[in-house]
Amino acid sequence: MPSYDLIVIGTGPGGYVCAIRAAQLGMKVAVVEKEKTFGGTCLNIGCIPSKAMLHTSELFDEAGHAFAKMGIKVGTPALDLPAMLRFKDEGVEGNVKGVAFLFRKNKIEAHNGVGRIAAPGKVEVTAARGPSTVLEAKAIVIATGSDVAQLQGITIDEKRIVSSTGALSLEKVPRHLLVVGAGVIGLELGSVWRRLGAQVTVVEFLDRILPGIDTEVARQFHRILEKQGIGFKLASKVAAIDSNDLMLKVTIEPVAGGTAFDLDADVALVAIGRVPYTEGLGLEAIGLKLDNRGRIPVDGRFATSVPGIYAIGDVIAGPMLAHKAEDEGIAVAEIIAGKAGHVNYDVIPNVIYTSPEVASVGKTEEELRAADVTYNVGKFPFTANGRAKANQQTDGFVKILADARTDRVLGVHIVGSDAGNMIAEAAIAMEFGAAAEDIARTCHAHPTLPEAVKEAALAVDKRAIHM
Amino acid sequence: MTDIRVPTLGESVMEATIGKWFKQPGDAVAVDEPLVELETDKVTIEVPAPAAGVLSEIAAKDGETVAVGALLGQISQGARAIPAKAEQPTKAISPAKAVAAPVSQPPKTAVAEASLAPSVRRLATESGVAPATVPGTGRDGRVIKGDMLAAIEHAAAAPTATTQPAAAVQVRAPAPADDATREERVRMTKLRQTIARRLKDAQNTAAMLTTFNEVDMSAVMALRNHYRELFDKKHGVKLGFMGLFVRACVQALKEIPAVNAEIDGADIIYKNYYHIGIAVGTERGLVVPVVRDCDAKSLGEVEREIADYGRRARDGQLKIEEMQGGTFTITNGGIYGSLMSTPILNAPQSGILGMHKVQDRPVVMAGKVEVRPMMYLALSYDHRIVDGREAVTFLVRVKECLEDPARLVLDL
Repeated sequence: MPSYDLIVIGTGPGGYVCAIRAAQLGMKVAVVEKEKTFGGTCLNIGCIPSKAMLHTSELFDEAGHAFAKMGIKVGTPALDLPAMLRFKDEGVEGNVKGVAFLFRKNKIEAHNGVGRIAAPGKVEVTAARGPSTVLEAKAIVIATGSDVAQLQGITIDEKRIVSSTGALSLEKVPRHLLVVGAGVIGLELGSVWRRLGAQVTVVEFLDRILPGIDTEVARQFHRILEKQGIGFKLASKVAAIDSNDLMLKVTIEPVAGGTAFDLDADVALVAIGRVPYTEGLGLEAIGLKLDNRGRIPVDGRFATSVPGIYAIGDVIAGPMLAHKAEDEGIAVAEIIAGKAGHVNYDVIPNVIYTSPEVASVGKTEEELRAADVTYNVGKFPFTANGRAKANQQTDGFVKILADARTDRVLGVHIVGSDAGNMIAEAAIAMEFGAAAEDIARTCHAHPTLPEAVKEAALAVDKRAIHM
Repeated sequence: MTDIRVPTLGESVMEATIGKWFKQPGDAVAVDEPLVELETDKVTIEVPAPAAGVLSEIAAKDGETVAVGALLGQISQGARAIPAKAEQPTKAISPAKAVAAPVSQPPKTAVAEASLAPSVRRLATESGVAPATVPGTGRDGRVIKGDMLAAIEHAAAAPTATTQPAAAVQVRAPAPADDATREERVRMTKLRQTIARRLKDAQNTAAMLTTFNEVDMSAVMALRNHYRELFDKKHGVKLGFMGLFVRACVQALKEIPAVNAEIDGADIIYKNYYHIGIAVGTERGLVVPVVRDCDAKSLGEVEREIADYGRRARDGQLKIEEMQGGTFTITNGGIYGSLMSTPILNAPQSGILGMHKVQDRPVVMAGKVEVRPMMYLALSYDHRIVDGREAVTFLVRVKECLEDPARLVLDL
């Protein structure tokens, strides 16, 4: 029976990073992956392919709408969707091969098949074809991630009624794409197909988009998306989707009650969230109970109630983010190796890769108010930033929330081009307990968009220069 | 790369506590420039830079205890080495520093000035509160802006300052909440801890008691007035009382050797030399430099040495060996106005003379009341080896010598 120090079930960003870190720390490590390629949802059907599509569709949109104004004459760009999808697939391939290379480099043994925890210390791997093998390990990390949340009464066929997976590979641009859920996935993929020519309508149960994001940010972003031509039906729910005709007939009801109405759509994207994926792990048999939301309960050291079994990433509590899972993967590997692994959940950035991007780290104004924290707000719009003006990308702003007494940065929220890259600066600052003044007194290169971060930090003290 | 090590600290001193680093990593230093202050149980000494260069590393942080020869830090011969006389910006600043420093606890980690957050650097410069004295709550104990603001507020509120949350072990019952915020907890310096321990040891060990007498200072004062200028001209130092007291004590010690002796196990060691300790109060605490072989020195030499010791004690410049080996001690509470006191022995010595304030008092002279400048004298002694008769005789002899200085000349 092959024996290891550590077996990681799942090779998404949580699992593969955990395996590599454990190997670096001298452990003999195996990974179990049920899909043909490594990398999990993120690399295969999530973050990576969606970013490829966001990138190409944005360039397509620019070529069609902004180039002429910049003096670049290309005529009306034509879309070659199959080539665009191939471009996306190449990006995915490059990434998943990279993980395979990293496994080889770190002498991590990969077992293809569905992993089941037969007993503490034993993982049974059942390949699609062929017999099952049993592996032995001192420690097991469950990193099986999450799956698409289903909408009750609606069957996803990944052709006309799709999840994010199908929405990344539509064979042709739908005339009308209906998106269920105004969260990150819905808005990103809605943006992709809007730019490629689809009419897009987003139906959201709540009366706002992007629940959990700072309200002011969400409100401004909502207006920007509407300007881009995305339609919103807020405080509404999809009651039914009739797929008997050529067109889908989507029945929408106001949440507060009132008259339902129908919308025709070529494609409906169900993007109402994700649920932890623990099927087939055999958790019940080993006495590992899930919480009321299907997550695996763990303690501060990522240990489950069963000794020797740990869990990280989307299967445990916390935001379902690849980088959160990665940090947990590193932390749990270090903890298993007897070191002091730790994840700071107060400083986990969150990015929506639309155009403009939305990025945040730390607390929202709503959270601070709820916690009775007195804070100062420093806000700076990109309309006053030289680089944004030169690029004519002036949508959005930077908002910094700092403790009124200590000036410590508690939250940073950015709407704007490149917000996802800019938030890293805020995360570093917060990780080191920086005051807004510290950001303000750090020299920022000119002309760059991050100067807006510095100006927002100055604005906390009501002394922004360019306002 | 040059190592900075703990220098030899003197006999029986094996370790020291880092008082304060004057330089931070990255600072340029010149040869012999003071780098760090070490507190021992006897003195506070400054360790000079063994080479010019840049202080590249601090191996022992403020508050740490280090043994003789231990590595304190390193100096690299960096290109940045400049003749450093530039003070740290935190040094030159406002009086706030004076109140700020003592209220803070030692930092968890010494952080290089250069690595401090810009807000912390600004607040340090503006307020004078040294970040190194502020407890840090940031990552890895870094001092962040909020810590500085709290420390500055704390300093401004002194002396009724709010206390730091006490991390130290509580050995006293917690104070009522109302009062707790108006207390402050300050760590004792090594010197203060040593003083405390040694005084209590002396009380616990010796069979200590005190005998009193009084001396008519008319003769000494007349002598001083008469020879003041001449003495000053010849010896370059003012003729004070202390020299004459030392002289009188030596004379009395010669007559009563038990007061100049000490107990060592079952033996008594009589010392046929006269090293007289002179207690000097300083801001850091009491120190007792020793004037050696007082029987062989002229009054001028003794006075000069005492003056020199007093000056250097105030500056914290006394060497350890200068405070070792005393056989008898004189302490003068009179300079603070004390009329009467019972000094505690400077163990393992067996006697200590307490001088007091000179005060005009009515005394009876040949049946008549006269006004005389009088001083009470106190001799605390270890009754284990000094008998009451000896102690009283000693004090009477001192009194007689002072009331009639001719006795000093005549050895009477």
